Amino acid sequence: MAVMEQTLKDLHGAGEHRKPLEYTHGGSVNILGFWLFLATDLMVFATLFATYLILKTHTDGGPTAAGIFDIPGYVAETFILLTSSFTCGLATYSMRKNAKAAALTWLAITMALGLAFVGLEASEFAKDVADGATMQRSAFLSAFYTLVGTHGAHVSLGILWMASLFFQIARRGFDAVRARKLFVVGLYWHFLDIVWVFIFTVVYTMGVR
Amino acid sequence: MKNFFVTGDPMIYASDVLIVLVLVGIIFTLTYFKKWGWLWREWLTTVDHKKIAIMYLICAILMLFRGGVDAELMRTQLAVPNNHLLSAEHYDQIFTTHGTIMILFMAMPILFAMFNAAVPLQIGARDVAFPYLNAVSFWLFFFGALLFNISFVIGGSPDAGWTSYPPLTELQFDPGPGENYYLLAVQISGFGSIATGINFMATILKMRAPGMTLMKMPLFCWSVLASCIVILFAFPALTGALLLLTLDRVVGTHFFTMLAGGNPMQFINLFWIWGHPEVYIVVLPAFGIYSEVVSTFSSKRVFGYKSMVFSLMAIAVVGYLTWVHHFFTMGAGADVNAFFAISTMCVGIPTGVKVFNWLLTMFRGRIRLNLPMLWTLGFIPNFALAGATGVMLAAAPGDYQYHNSYFLVAHFHQALIGGVVYGMLAGMYYWWPKLFGFVLDERLGKWAFWFFNIGFYVCFMPQYELGFMGMTRRMYTYPANMGWTTLNFISTIGAYLMGIGFLFIGAQIVYSIFRGQRDLTGDPWNGRTLEWSLPSPPPAYNFAQIPHVQERDEWWRIKQAGLADAYRKVNLNELEPIHMPKNSGIPFLMGVSFFVGGFGLVFGWTVVAIIGFAGVFLCLLARSLQEKTDYHIPVSEVQQTEISLGRA
Repeated sequence: MAVMEQTLKDLHGAGEHRKPLEYTHGGSVNILGFWLFLATDLMVFATLFATYLILKTHTDGGPTAAGIFDIPGYVAETFILLTSSFTCGLATYSMRKNAKAAALTWLAITMALGLAFVGLEASEFAKDVADGATMQRSAFLSAFYTLVGTHGAHVSLGILWMASLFFQIARRGFDAVRARKLFVVGLYWHFLDIVWVFIFTVVYTMGVR
Repeated sequence: MKNFFVTGDPMIYASDVLIVLVLVGIIFTLTYFKKWGWLWREWLTTVDHKKIAIMYLICAILMLFRGGVDAELMRTQLAVPNNHLLSAEHYDQIFTTHGTIMILFMAMPILFAMFNAAVPLQIGARDVAFPYLNAVSFWLFFFGALLFNISFVIGGSPDAGWTSYPPLTELQFDPGPGENYYLLAVQISGFGSIATGINFMATILKMRAPGMTLMKMPLFCWSVLASCIVILFAFPALTGALLLLTLDRVVGTHFFTMLAGGNPMQFINLFWIWGHPEVYIVVLPAFGIYSEVVSTFSSKRVFGYKSMVFSLMAIAVVGYLTWVHHFFTMGAGADVNAFFAISTMCVGIPTGVKVFNWLLTMFRGRIRLNLPMLWTLGFIPNFALAGATGVMLAAAPGDYQYHNSYFLVAHFHQALIGGVVYGMLAGMYYWWPKLFGFVLDERLGKWAFWFFNIGFYVCFMPQYELGFMGMTRRMYTYPANMGWTTLNFISTIGAYLMGIGFLFIGAQIVYSIFRGQRDLTGDPWNGRTLEWSLPSPPPAYNFAQIPHVQERDEWWRIKQAGLADAYRKVNLNELEPIHMPKNSGIPFLMGVSFFVGGFGLVFGWTVVAIIGFAGVFLCLLARSLQEKTDYHIPVSEVQQTEISLGRA
């Protein structure tokens, strides 16, 4: 995509060599496009946060936030996800140095941490559901599972995306396209990390107060 | 399964027969003329913004017809009191599909047709920033619209209004697939709209030809940029609202139910956080078109360019902060209502600036009354009235009287038809020769304009009055002793006149395909911006060499300097291979997958839904693994093309 940018760049006389690899060959347009997508995704999360804040006291006599949130569980999830964001950053750093093996290693660690996060979240959900806290029970629980679950679904999609990228980088190494793709999946991953910081604060920490 | 096909209504059976006949006709024609390969190679797999524009335009005109038939049925039903031509249920379905189709499946695609037709050409680019994504957007729109449109023969249409308010739309009160169709079809095409917003924003910010600074951009591009900003921030709220209501209906959650702590008002807030900005999403580009048309057909540069830019942006921002005016009567309190009343009235200020700028552009200009200009002139009084009645509705205490009455119905039709449809028709007439290489016939077009414009006032002026007399929207019939009969009858005559106007547009298009004046110069209107420096229709790569822009009305400057002929000539020796995106079948297949997945969810068929969404995932993966998504057009081919266009 963004294939015509090359010509435009030549016309503008911009120095391609001074830029990181992922910004060359039209990559800068894709990266801008992805930032714009993140803005829209942020708005989706904003609607879910707003809905959660409206409905969080609407427990209909059922389980409450303080009743179901498991402090060690969500603290562990938080540390795992924040660490994965760091390792994802290291993958991008290795890509900048064109260190393929290191980048793949950090990418694998990021995926493993992501899987651990999703696994913990799924087991937390499963335990709550077994205790009768289903998303059909009350408006609070509908909003809770939808907000946190949407984030979890994003993380799961990110893992699949990274897996596809892992395969591509392993086969072809870093050219401008692969570099841009790794950079973009990194943006996505860090974005999910930031959303989680808000979930940690607004949902969990304010929930068990 | 027994309710799979809608039965019992002769009009539906007639539609069934018609649909089957049209399908057989299309299949026969394509097979007989051996056009299946052509259809796939040239259209279904294309990523060319000009072809995507044409596909959007065709779909939008078809949807205008479908939504228009709904409108005529409603007006026929309301022409006389105690009428039972349509049952109450059927009437509910028709006003729901009319509203949904006109906003989401007519206004949006015709808007995107204009984006695609003009933006890359105006900024001197060879395509949009993400041509593949552009095709994905189109096919998501197309299959979303298809999903919505099959509802009236398969399973039954949604019937709770285009706003789809809960708790009425919860499963408890509205069982069956109808509302699911609404939720999924709008969701799928909404993804496409978000992608288009991202795409054109990136295009305008990153793909402009050298020398074209933001403040040298044509005003249409500015209006598209403003519209895209609003799309980015408003459409995700719709995504959220529809998602949550879908969960309520499909999974059994309690976001908007009356029981278990749900709050229906939250849907209504989320819906209008999208719904009101949506009005600006569709009307801002229309403003851009008026600016182009007024300037071109007055042979003058636009008056107050900077204030035009500023007012576009101001409307985009302030328009985002007015959504509560759609439900003043729901008791948010005087302070909240006062804020939203004032913010709503504030939108009138930048809009007023624009109207005066258009008038001052015409002042002492050499005005030519071609079709685009005619629709623009028709728009101005329309929008002045729409604005005045809008300020009346914005006054919160007054709104308690007008709320959900025919006064409101008349107001928003005046804004959306008078503002958006007039603008899009002006744009269609303006850029038609650029897309197709021939001009639409003026004589038939004038008949269309006068039937439509007069019909518009005959149809909607009585509705303001009916609103004052207490007639509320969405009522399917009324008793004879209300005193509404005469005005309703007049309104129906107006609707028929508008219908005749539409038929003239159809006739005009068919006539002009065979007899329309061919556009050999590429500049039929004596235009001012870069698209008119190209042949009509332009070659696939648009610009053989990317232009270097010096001024705002660049093509006008070139013509005034007497350099037009030289500018049109390409130096064959200076050409370079042109880097272009390859066609791809994946966007089409992704649209099909979304359709299958959506259809499965509508009927609660889990297996079908999983198959569909697995298909979507496979399409994403296939694209990610694809190498060589682009190619170079060799110099020899560019030379040949330019020679055949007489530009060498």
